[in-house]
Amino acid sequence: MTATLDPGSTLPTDDVDPFAHEVLEDPLPMQAALREAGPMVYLSRYEVYAFARYEQVHAALVDWQGFQSAAGVGLSNFRHEKPWRPPSLLLEADPPRHDAPRRVLTKVLSPRALRRLRDGWAADAEALVDEVLSSGTEFDAVPDLTSAFPLRVFPDAVGLPPQGRENLLPYGDHAFNAFGPANDLVAKGAPRVAELSGWVAEQCRRESLATEGFGADIWAASDRGDITPEMAPLVVRSLLTAGVDTTVHGLSAVLYAFATHPEQWQRLREQPSLARMAFDEAVRWESPVQTFFRTATTDVRVGEHVVPDGSKILMFLGAANRDPRRWADPDAFDLSRDPSGHVGFGMGIHQCAGQHVARLEVEAILTALARRVRSIELAGPTVRHHNNTLRAWKSIPVRVQLA
Amino acid sequence: MLDTRTDDGPGTPRAGGTAGAAAQATPVPPDVATLRVTAKTLLAEGVLALDLAAPGGGRLRDWTPGSHIDLTLPNGMTRQYSLCGDRWDPSTYRVGVLREQVGRGGSAYVHDELAVGDLVGVGGPRNNFPLVPAERYLFVAGGIGITPLLPMIGQAELLGADWRLLYGGRQRASMAFLDDLAAYGDRVEVRPQEEFGLLDLAGFLGEPDPDARVYCCGPAPLLAALEAATSGWPPHAVRTERFVAAGTGAPVRTTPFEVELARTGLTVTVEPGVSVLDAVATAGVEVLSSCRQGICGTCECGVLAGEPDHRDSLLDDAERAAGDTMYICVSRSCSDRLVLDL
Repeated sequence: MTATLDPGSTLPTDDVDPFAHEVLEDPLPMQAALREAGPMVYLSRYEVYAFARYEQVHAALVDWQGFQSAAGVGLSNFRHEKPWRPPSLLLEADPPRHDAPRRVLTKVLSPRALRRLRDGWAADAEALVDEVLSSGTEFDAVPDLTSAFPLRVFPDAVGLPPQGRENLLPYGDHAFNAFGPANDLVAKGAPRVAELSGWVAEQCRRESLATEGFGADIWAASDRGDITPEMAPLVVRSLLTAGVDTTVHGLSAVLYAFATHPEQWQRLREQPSLARMAFDEAVRWESPVQTFFRTATTDVRVGEHVVPDGSKILMFLGAANRDPRRWADPDAFDLSRDPSGHVGFGMGIHQCAGQHVARLEVEAILTALARRVRSIELAGPTVRHHNNTLRAWKSIPVRVQLA
Repeated sequence: MLDTRTDDGPGTPRAGGTAGAAAQATPVPPDVATLRVTAKTLLAEGVLALDLAAPGGGRLRDWTPGSHIDLTLPNGMTRQYSLCGDRWDPSTYRVGVLREQVGRGGSAYVHDELAVGDLVGVGGPRNNFPLVPAERYLFVAGGIGITPLLPMIGQAELLGADWRLLYGGRQRASMAFLDDLAAYGDRVEVRPQEEFGLLDLAGFLGEPDPDARVYCCGPAPLLAALEAATSGWPPHAVRTERFVAAGTGAPVRTTPFEVELARTGLTVTVEPGVSVLDAVATAGVEVLSSCRQGICGTCECGVLAGEPDHRDSLLDDAERAAGDTMYICVSRSCSDRLVLDL
């Protein structure tokens, strides 16, 4: 179980529950403890091996040969357990099955392909910011801005019909909870799983989707034979699962960061072109996707220890993104830092295919806000939203001064 | 030639391991990879395999079947070769090199001069010839055109797809990989021209099959014959790649070039051993990047003037030709000056 390779070197063991509510409320102390315990730690509660340092997390993310995804990127091991839904062709697949769907989605969401959306999204962001500010200078950034904007632009870009879009957030929330253990958060989503999965599956059909958009582009790839018609709806499903909650919480993270770092907001106002940098710094700092699992395909040596074949490893992306071995003053949200190389979007062949979409959305909102808002501060207690995978917000009350 | 070094190899953590304050300031080596020839193996008459690895070991960039790399030889020539090794081995690239009788010296250099231990510049890998999912594959190889098809066959086997290979060449002695292919039994038809004459494409392909995909790589006359033989097949069923060993060779500068940042008003000189990304950052203009390998697309920059030397794995041929965008973590310049939208 905790077999050691080199004599005299024992694998550190911790019985912490990374999915307990008090940890989800503030994961930073646990992350620091795991980082300090060593390059690899055995989490006895779930019988998994954990990496919390940047070096090991990065190395595990890129090593698709040694640490596979097809056995599930959550705690559940698909070698022994049946997944709650058909596995994702992207997230939960290894080469060669991963190749074609990944290639298609990467192309559909490439920076070049997104250029046609830029002006429209900038205008949408201006309009939303105007709406919010016209009804007052105190508001809750989460419902009013950070979930409103992605829900306004992303489903249109995919080509979803107007009805039922309120299902996207609960579906995504459950999907990300389901990567964790079968705890109360998973139980909370269970009653609606069949209904929400059914709704999502319905939206992925060609007939449900608009004739233009990411969804249509994915189906067009099946016309060219780049993927099969059976794959197309599952690739669309990946968009709907991974494309909403993550962006909402990333946007929340960057707004919370600015509300608590007024000097950084001034920097952004002076230099609005820092918007992209600010988003990636926020993704490093808050890491909306905190954790993902892999499964060892063989006995994999990590430092002095061995991850046994078939065992799960838990990669703490958020901990890696604050590892002082990699980042100077890692707890600071600082626009003068180059956040390049953070693992908040993953790394390697599974690196987030939608990252450019998220960057474009966040750039639009930050640019519009920076033009209208001189200062932004917290106007009341913030409330976290607990999710087994996501570092998320329920409420960020803010007060702004108009420019 | 490209004299940049990435001793730790792409894909390994950068700037890690040094505690604290210096982490951000640690220079990141550019990822125009320089690899070492670790083996040179004669496969058949006039055909050899080169194995390449990072000088200090470590992971190379991931690739998919059908991918090729640009090899910049110590004599300055650049040639494209399909990867034909094992993608599960992240530390080694393998390419097959045919000695071209009428080539312009690239393949002759590889055969006669290039030695184990030599360093070569490597761009890519890029894939313009990807394997798409299908129930059945019909592979047609002419000579050295077998190289991109070999890893495809491996994948077809893994996926449990039905596949067959028709493999032609001038004579049996010059056809590489026959031993490897023998293991597949009657899925493989080896048809040297001196024994069988021209390939019987019509007989091999049979009637158009909507569930099958035809992959062909080889010399131009074979591709022309294949296109004629598959004229009745559905669109997109047939995928070909011209064998490009004697191609034009992308011009890769060995001298510095200038990058003008149109929005910032700065002009930056990019030295051969420095990436455009780092040169721009040193000048005080931060550009977001992520993978630093030309695979994620984070550092995309618009190109307003000049001709980029694309070394990424993202753009397809048409996008490369358009020349209006580039990934500055790996791509460089063919022209003396580039004007970027920065």
